[in-house]
Amino acid sequence: MEEKVFSRTRGLTGKPFHYCPGCTHGIIHRLIAETLSEMDILDVTIGVSPVGCTYNNYEYFACDMVQAAHGRAPAVATGIKRVHPDSMVFTYQGDGDLAAIGTAEIVHAAARGEKICTFFVNNAVYGMTSGQMAPTTLLGQKTTTSPLGRSAAVQGYPINVSEMLATLQGAVYIERVAVNSVRNINRAKQAIRKAFKVQQANLGFAMVEILSTCPTNWGKDPVSALKWIDEAMVKQYPLGVFRGQEIEVGD
Amino acid sequence: MSNRVLMKGNEAIAEAAIRAGCRHYFGYPITPQTEIMHYMALRMPEVNGVMVQAESEVAAINMVYGAAAAGARVMTTSSSPGISLKQEGFSYIAGAELPAVVVNIVRAGPGLGGILPAQGDYFQATKGGGHGDYRNVVLAPASVQELYELTVEAFNIADRYRVLTMILGDGTLGQMMEPVLFRDEEPVESFDKSWATTGTQGRREHNTIQSIYIEPDALERLNSNLQAKYRRIAEREVRVETVNCDGAEIILTAFGTCSRICKNVIRQAAEIGIKVGLVRPITLWPFPDQAIAAAAGQPSVKALLDIELNAGQMVEDVRLAVNGTRPVHFHGRTGGNLPTQQEILDKIQVLARS
Repeated sequence: MEEKVFSRTRGLTGKPFHYCPGCTHGIIHRLIAETLSEMDILDVTIGVSPVGCTYNNYEYFACDMVQAAHGRAPAVATGIKRVHPDSMVFTYQGDGDLAAIGTAEIVHAAARGEKICTFFVNNAVYGMTSGQMAPTTLLGQKTTTSPLGRSAAVQGYPINVSEMLATLQGAVYIERVAVNSVRNINRAKQAIRKAFKVQQANLGFAMVEILSTCPTNWGKDPVSALKWIDEAMVKQYPLGVFRGQEIEVGD
Repeated sequence: MSNRVLMKGNEAIAEAAIRAGCRHYFGYPITPQTEIMHYMALRMPEVNGVMVQAESEVAAINMVYGAAAAGARVMTTSSSPGISLKQEGFSYIAGAELPAVVVNIVRAGPGLGGILPAQGDYFQATKGGGHGDYRNVVLAPASVQELYELTVEAFNIADRYRVLTMILGDGTLGQMMEPVLFRDEEPVESFDKSWATTGTQGRREHNTIQSIYIEPDALERLNSNLQAKYRRIAEREVRVETVNCDGAEIILTAFGTCSRICKNVIRQAAEIGIKVGLVRPITLWPFPDQAIAAAAGQPSVKALLDIELNAGQMVEDVRLAVNGTRPVHFHGRTGGNLPTQQEILDKIQVLARS
């Protein structure tokens, strides 16, 4: 007797991803899509695509999608959510998008306590434009615009976005996760689910920061890239819940 | 309660938007238009609407983009420096073909400039300002009554063509008080918005709103469709007022506040025996070329005189419309100053004698 134990989530359209080998955007997409499907909210969800490597993720997610200008996704999501307060709205943003050009929009969406979820993908580099320094680039990290390594004296320090947003009252749930191991991926999925539960309960702004790989621009093979998250990134960006530890979301 | 109410121009805009079915407003404070926000902050909750004070004009226009994508009638308002910041959003709204209404109560520039009235944003409003090939419909009211009527119409035009429609006023119009006669019922049209991102509700394939097209042929198709749409708008939506043009010696061209001064000048000129007409574009884009060409082409016309609160912007479009058949002169004031009737009359007398 055969039993089907696994199939592609209906949260994804089935169009093959275009991401580089070893890039973990695909895993993050699947975790979000699976969550939308498992919570049975796919049909009431509107996602906002960013500028960056995932600019066309509107082709991958099977819910309604709106593509936003660089950094403006939280403002666009605010507009959508204020029109459809009963819908579920999420933004998917990289570190250049969210932590550089879109800093004002993310801070104020969080401060207003917009009932949206933000999935903030931190890979310490601008991916799409070929590996420039991001606000999240680590000290000493070499990029195409910090070829000698990021120096605090010249380029300043990395921004810990989760810690910063966790100081805001409107940001009710903030957690940082990674997707570089099975254990971490499972933890990431729980966080994504909790973020949508927080939105469903109308509690306020929720963000999950996800440490992600960029083997192409890091100059690493996929396996070393996964290791580099533990060896280097987690030291600057510790995993954990920064706000909303006490929120119980149930099953 | 009578339908006739004494209102400030900015308040008339806000009330008109609500009467047109706008329930979502996103703004950022800037003089001389902030009364619109004040009015919205009080009125929107009364009609179960939403007023969000955004962190910047950039955020406000992107909230408009999101709300429009979600299928709402939505508006933002600002003044010149704030409108400059919104240009990025205008381009995306054009590319994504979203309906939205934007009000620019123009102040004097460039830079931070001053808070007094001006018309220095004509180029920015009618020729673009954001990147790429696109057009916004631009309406130029000249009274508080028209601010009300054209704001209602702006929502219909925006929805009819999925296009950004701008009300281009100035500090005089925004700040002055005049009686407004409200209609019992607004001519609010309803439109199919099956393209909007509302959540599929399990009833359709997923919708996307986007302005990015990586494939050149797909992007060229979008551009061809946009241009075809703009041609339709140009054919159907031109609005213009002509005053006293039949047999006139001098044709004035002016929009907004300047046109009101010109109407007084027409009477003064008649008293000294000079017949002066006025062509007042109500739509600055699409521009009323034909009405201007027709007025200018009369055998009686010696010259045209364009009056603006800038250094000469609409005059370029007037010259294109006249196409060399008559001389087109210009008189403008900047910095927040208005031309006096006498200044204009002096120019007219010189032109009429020549």
